[in-house]
Amino acid sequence: MATQEHDGTIGIEANGEPLAVAADATVRDVVAALGADPDERGIAVAVDGAVIPRSAWATTRLAPAQRVEVVRATAGG
Amino acid sequence: MPRPAADPAPWAVAGGELRSRLILGSGGFADLATFGAALEAAGSDLVTVAMRRIDQAPPGLLDAIHAGGARVLPNTAGCYSADDAITTARLAREALETDWLKLEVIADPVTLLPDPEGTLAAARVLAGEGFRVFAYTSDDPVLGRRLEEAGCAAVMPLGSPIGSGLGILNPHAISLLREAVAVPVVLDAGLGTASDAALALELGCDAVLAATAISRSADPPRMAAAFRHAVEAGHLAAGAGRVPRRRHAQASTPTAGLPDLKPGDGA
Repeated sequence: MATQEHDGTIGIEANGEPLAVAADATVRDVVAALGADPDERGIAVAVDGAVIPRSAWATTRLAPAQRVEVVRATAGG
Repeated sequence: MPRPAADPAPWAVAGGELRSRLILGSGGFADLATFGAALEAAGSDLVTVAMRRIDQAPPGLLDAIHAGGARVLPNTAGCYSADDAITTARLAREALETDWLKLEVIADPVTLLPDPEGTLAAARVLAGEGFRVFAYTSDDPVLGRRLEEAGCAAVMPLGSPIGSGLGILNPHAISLLREAVAVPVVLDAGLGTASDAALALELGCDAVLAATAISRSADPPRMAAAFRHAVEAGHLAAGAGRVPRRRHAQASTPTAGLPDLKPGDGA
């Protein structure tokens, strides 16, 4: 069971890659850590398969080992 | 007698109205500029998009779509289960602020054929959550009816497998599906060239969705213009009523008044 590391970070998975974030990191922080502007429209987030509404990004904290997916519209059939 | 309108009346779908009967898929274009030129030539007011991780999805597409005066129809392309499609749909609604959704639940990567069970299961859930579901489906009239009963806003039968360019392999099934449902029918997948789109409209489809046929043609804006004319031609032809097929010839020129041109007997 993954837990908080000694340096105060936790390990999560963000868009398929391991990512160390602050223990009190929010979804909004992860969006920014992935290089996106959290205020950009057209982005959505799921944590462990559940969609987190934009209005809750700044207040939704992450637990160790959670999977965060940050998506945007792209070209497709 | 008034001429048929060059700019046809809008058609109703999913609680909205569209002018164009050509829905443009945004996949497969070489770059955004080519896509933008094709969108302008197509005259489409609805464009499909997919949802992908942000590192694989450079920004700019939505601006190009909106600059072209179109709205977006997010899809669930790449989903192989109802659950994945449902979550993707929810992400799309959150990201794009539309409840319109092209539902795709694919059975396997070789055929890319729709999974009927997964599609129907996902359609029921999503319609219950208020999505306006455009369901990608096989050309089965019974499945089309089940999708309509599940609350879909439109059914989108394939003409042939995605990206195959084989055209409409079973026109009879498409016309039966057209008769089987009251919701709009949008021919999706497999179109190869403009005449395939015209046939779809002649068979009674309300619109077509074209992606590969336009984006991977040698000249996408030119092919987009061809599709634009094709859907208008097909729609006009469908409304005009084709002549019945006959086994033997029937002259269109009257025989009455035919002059006697036999040579005379005299010198």
